[in-house]
Formats: sequence, structure tokens, C-alpha cells
Amino acid sequence: MNLVLISLAVLGITGLVAAVLLYFVAQKFKVEEDPRIDQVQEVLPGANCGGCGFAGCRALAEACVKADSLDGLLCPVGGAPTMQKVGEILGKAAAAAEPKVAVVRCNGTCEARPRTSEYDGVHSCQIMHNLYVGETACPFGCLGCGDCVAACQFGAIRIDEKMGLPVVDDEKCTACGKCAKACPRNIIELRNKGPKNRRMVVECVNKDKGAVARKACLNACIGCGKCQKVCPFEAITVENNLAYIDFTKCRLCRKCEAECPTGAIHAVNFPPRKPAEPAAAKPAAAPAPAKTVAEPVKTVAEPTPAEQPKQEEAKA
Amino acid sequence: MNTFRIGGVHPHDNKVYSAHQSISECPLPPKAIIPLVQHIGAPAQPVVEKGQKVKVGELLAKAGGFVSANVHAPFSGTITKIDATTDAWGMRMPAIFMDVEGDEWLETIDRSAAIKRDCPLEAKEIVDKIATAGIVGLGGACFPTHVKLLPPPGKKAEVLIVNGVECEPYLTCDHQLMLEHGEEIIIGIQILMKALGINRAIIGIEKNKPDAIDYMKQLASKALGIEVKPLKLKYPQGGEKQLIDACIGRQVPSGALPIEVGAVVDNVATIYAVYEAVQKNKPLISRVMTVTGKSLSKPGNYSVRFGTPLSDVVALAGGVPEDTGKIIGGGPMMGRAMNNIDMPANKRVSGLLFLPENESRRAEVENCIRCAKCVSACPMGLEPYLLSKQAALGMWDEMEKHSIMDCIECGCCMFTCPSHRPLLDYVRMGKAKVGGIIRARQAAQKK
Repeated sequence: MNLVLISLAVLGITGLVAAVLLYFVAQKFKVEEDPRIDQVQEVLPGANCGGCGFAGCRALAEACVKADSLDGLLCPVGGAPTMQKVGEILGKAAAAAEPKVAVVRCNGTCEARPRTSEYDGVHSCQIMHNLYVGETACPFGCLGCGDCVAACQFGAIRIDEKMGLPVVDDEKCTACGKCAKACPRNIIELRNKGPKNRRMVVECVNKDKGAVARKACLNACIGCGKCQKVCPFEAITVENNLAYIDFTKCRLCRKCEAECPTGAIHAVNFPPRKPAEPAAAKPAAAPAPAKTVAEPVKTVAEPTPAEQPKQEEAKA
Repeated sequence: MNTFRIGGVHPHDNKVYSAHQSISECPLPPKAIIPLVQHIGAPAQPVVEKGQKVKVGELLAKAGGFVSANVHAPFSGTITKIDATTDAWGMRMPAIFMDVEGDEWLETIDRSAAIKRDCPLEAKEIVDKIATAGIVGLGGACFPTHVKLLPPPGKKAEVLIVNGVECEPYLTCDHQLMLEHGEEIIIGIQILMKALGINRAIIGIEKNKPDAIDYMKQLASKALGIEVKPLKLKYPQGGEKQLIDACIGRQVPSGALPIEVGAVVDNVATIYAVYEAVQKNKPLISRVMTVTGKSLSKPGNYSVRFGTPLSDVVALAGGVPEDTGKIIGGGPMMGRAMNNIDMPANKRVSGLLFLPENESRRAEVENCIRCAKCVSACPMGLEPYLLSKQAALGMWDEMEKHSIMDCIECGCCMFTCPSHRPLLDYVRMGKAKVGGIIRARQAAQKK
């Protein structure tokens, strides 16, 4: 019995002494931290992808708390809704941000881009890019080894075997930008997701002259400038033999797509065109797409609240 | 017999196919494309216009900076356009296109075969002449030669080391050049010694070229201060830093240039070009290249003017063999597989090697067994297994700490790896990345 009592007493006293000691040590070495950092971190997705430009979600939370305004701070994974929540916690206005998505700007499929050589080195785009032009004759296009696939934490990119090109899953992509950084040829770009995920993209980055580009790939942009002329919103610029659609100006009228002689311009996620467009006179064809313009234009101008819940659904 | 101290490997030299094949001239093509980037540094700036008629030896493009080189017309004819062309690896490069008409040379160029021994020029005049002639290191790196001859202030050259090693397997162009133009090379060495203000030169030759060693020894015995050093067979002895170690036993510190230990290294082909430029006023418009391979019908050494399509040279050597798996530009150790042999010959291409299909395939990659063979083989004392891993993981800062920039990309690590790991691929990629980061940092510091 005595033994039990003694043990209890010794343990109790040791515990007490340690507790007092720890209390004072804790007081002495206390680090003052804004409790809001924890709160902010809680609403962030916790993917720690680094897409925001900070080392992880906690670093972004710290930056948000420290900053005077939330301008320029954006969690690409959570997007605008998350930043709004952060804004509510901190009492700051969240910068309105369009949801973005990674877009692969190369359509050099196996059929369009004939193989000119066979590569048996390390299966890495970065290394292949350092060595030579790649298995096709296009020095700008996708190499197809999938560095972007390896970089994606969300399983949003895969290489389509039939095309030999990466395909982005709009639903899964969080626009963290890892794939864009991993691509040695800067093919992947973060673009606005667009209303109903609809967007117009020039799926080519070839800056060669038209004839050379076309020789390497049937789907290449030849820089003819037809799209630039037809665009009513001045959203298209042609530089270095390559067209680029500014997604902030594009109103999705699809005129450029119809005009493009090589099919380099793609309309993504649009419903298929009505077949009522035979080889009739061009002016007759023009108004038809103009109708489809009407609806999306509105949604671009003022992002309706109806869209935001949809975004959240997608994430869930 | 001397050799360098750290690392090295012993690949089979395979020089038998093209060795002792006398240098033959490649015929003039009807059309030529002359690249403007044939050297390390800034591209040359064209000084001719479309439609202009030029003679052989006329200046086509001026050096685009201190580290750059002039480009001269290798043919006479009319300039048709200045545009981009495709290099051996499919990338675009600027070039001058011309139609070849006849073979009319500038009057100032001495085309006689007579050997001109005396050089009355001053050191500065010699360097100017070399710079004007657009001479670059023909050993492979293509570093402009005149830059080497102007040591930075405070540094003094003590010895000229002449690279007659040709450690790359298969290649024999330097060997043949020594046999056929030994006398000119000795005069070239004397000219360079005068330009540098030194009285000592060492010609390093590997012992698998005994005839070249004997011939050069015999010639050098008549010249003052020139010594021939037979060297033990070991790859990469032709590397600048390895050759200095082998010849004079000095080691160039990490990140430094050979001038740090008082040495200037030049290849025999470069020295022959120096002789022709200084004594004969002939700019660098052609080079000797080896076209070889086990199943090639006429392997040999060909004197090719820059701008000739490589396919013409190949046709001369008997055409592409049927069993070809890869065509390598340069030697098998450091050369890269090419996917376009229509590209023009230029200062960079020292050889074309046709590897048969069964030899060109890479072996299956297995796991690293930590044998550290790559570490023992690395002539720069690096740790290739570690660097390649770091490159794969993108640890650029770590790679810089582990002296990635010292890598000479000789390929010893990959050659010796029993697991056939693609060490050099990763190391090269890492070196390019880290080099870019360092340059960006330096540029930022300057601002």
C-alpha cells in the first residue's frame, strides 16, 4: 500500500513541477500570432499546391492577414467564393476574380503532325526539349511526354493516347498553374473559364511562317490574320505569325472559328452548330452564329450569381 | 606516359574505319545555306543583301559581339535570301541562302600550295587577323579563338597547349590533318606563340596515333620551344582541363578558365585555320570532318566548305547505310543524334557517325545500385548520380552547390553506369537550367 502511495506522490509532484515549469517556459517563449490566420487557413482548401505563389495554404493565410487589401492574392483552387469567405473573416473586400482553367494550346494530333523521328531517350518533355525539336517537325508544339501530367496534383490532366496530346478536365482543374510551369514549351496557359465553360482558343503556339508551320502540322496557325479582320471586338492580335485571342475581350461570337482556314481556332464546350449552314452565300451564314452570341455576351459582362454555386458544385 | 588524374573511361576507339583516309575535297553544291550561328555567343549580323554577288572569302556577316565570330562566303555566287533554316535538331536558326556560281576567290587570298614560313606581323596584328577570319575552336566548343588570345588583365599565358588528342572514338579528322598538314600546324603554333608572347608549346597526342606522334616530333625538333607529348589513352583527354592536367600537371580550379594556370589550349584544326588566315589570308570557310560508321561503304575524312548540305558529304561517303539506326553529329560520346542531314555543314560539325540499328538502341534503364562507378569515372570529380537525381527533382540550388556548372558533358558517367541510367540527360538538362538561373541573377546584379 505504501508503495502505491509513494509512487503516486512522486509522480504527482514530478508532474506538478513539470507543469509549472512548462507554464513559465510557454509564457516566456510565447509567439504572438494573429488568431485570424487560423481562421483563414480553415476556409482555404488545404491543397498546399502553391498555385497562389506562396509556399502553402498557411503562407497564403498569413499573407492575407498581413496585407492591407486582398488585391493580387488569390487562391486559384478555391477561386472567388473562397476569397470572399476570406474577405468576410478579415473584413476586407475580396478582389473579384474570374475562375480560370488550364488550356493546352496545341492541337498537333498524331494525324495532323507526322512523326519525323523516333525518340528513345528519357521520357521527359524537359529533356527532350533540351535535346531537339521532338518527334515531329514543329519546334513549338507539344512533346507529349506528359511533364504536365506529372506536375498536376489534382489528376486533371491526362495524355490522350489517340491524339498524343494532354487533355484538361475542366471540372478537376483548379488553375494552380503547375502544369503551365512544367511545360518547357509554354504551351499551357491559364485562361478564364468563360460562361458555361465556353471559350475560344487558338490551339497553336507556332511562330514560324505560315508555309513552314503548315508543313510541320496541318492544324497550325499560319498567321494569315483572317480572324483578326473578322473579330468585331478587337480581341485577336496576330504577332510573329501567330494569332492570340485575348480572353478578356472575346465575346464568344465564334466568327473567327468559322474563318480560320486551318482550324487552329477552337470553340470549346459550345453546343454543336446547327447543320443549317450549307454552302450558301456567306452573308446568310453570318447572322446564324450572331444569335448564339447574344446570350453569352450578357453573362460575360456581369457574372450572374447563378454561376457561382455551379462552381462550388463542381468542386464538391 | 602522362594522362589526367581524375576519372576517365576507356571506350573502344573504333578509328580504324576512317583512319589514314586522305582528306578529299567535297564538290561544290548548286545551292548553299550558310548559318549565322556557327559558334558560341551572339549570332553574326549579316552585312550582305539579297541579290548581291559575292566571291569566296568575302565577309557575309559580322560578329555580333565580343564573344562572336565573323562568317565569310565559302562559295562565289548570288545571295538569294536571308531567312531561317532548320538545324540538325530541327530547331530554327538564321542563315544566308545563296546560289553557287563558279568558284571565284578574292584576289587577296593566296591559294598556292606553297608553305609560307615567315610571319612578320606583330602580336596585335595576328590577333586582329584571327578575329577578322572568324576563327573559332574547331575541337567542338566553337569558342571564338581571338577571345582566348586576349587574356584578361593581370593574367599571363605561359604555355600553349595544342590539342591533337582526338579522344572521341571514331573521329580521325585531326589525326589526318596532322599527317597531311603537320608543317603548317607547326608554323601556326609559332604564330600563336608570338601572338601570346610565350616561348613554350606542348602538342598532346594520344598514343593510338603513333605515326602522328613520330611525324610531329620530327617536325617539332626543328622548331624552338615546341614539344610533343605522347599521352596515355583515356577519354576525355581532349577536354581542355583534362589536357592541361595531362600535359603540364596543373589543375584548373572550379569555375576558372585555363588562363588561370597560365595555359591556352587550341585544337590542331584551329591552328591550321590560324596558319591559313595569317599566312594565306584565307578566312575560315571550310573544315575537315570525318564521315564514318561500321557499315558505311566509303568512310573517310572530307574537307567540306561551310554551307554544303551534309547529305552531299554523305553521298560522297557512299550514302546512308541501310542498317542505320542513328546518325550522330560529332563523336559517339559527346555527339547528338541528328534528325536532319540536309542541314548545312558548319564550324561545329566535326564528324558524322552512322550507328547501326542494333548499336543505337538505348539499353533498358534499371535502378541505381549505388556502386559509385559514375563518381570514379567523372573527370571533373562530380557526383553524377546525385546531380541527375537533383535535376529530376528540380533542386536547382542544390545542384549549383554541387558544382553542376563544372560538368563538361563528356558522358563518362552514362558510359560507365552498369544500370544504364540516363545520367547525362538529366545532368545536361540541369546544367542548362542552372546556367539560365545564374545568368539571370548576374543580369539582375548588373542592374
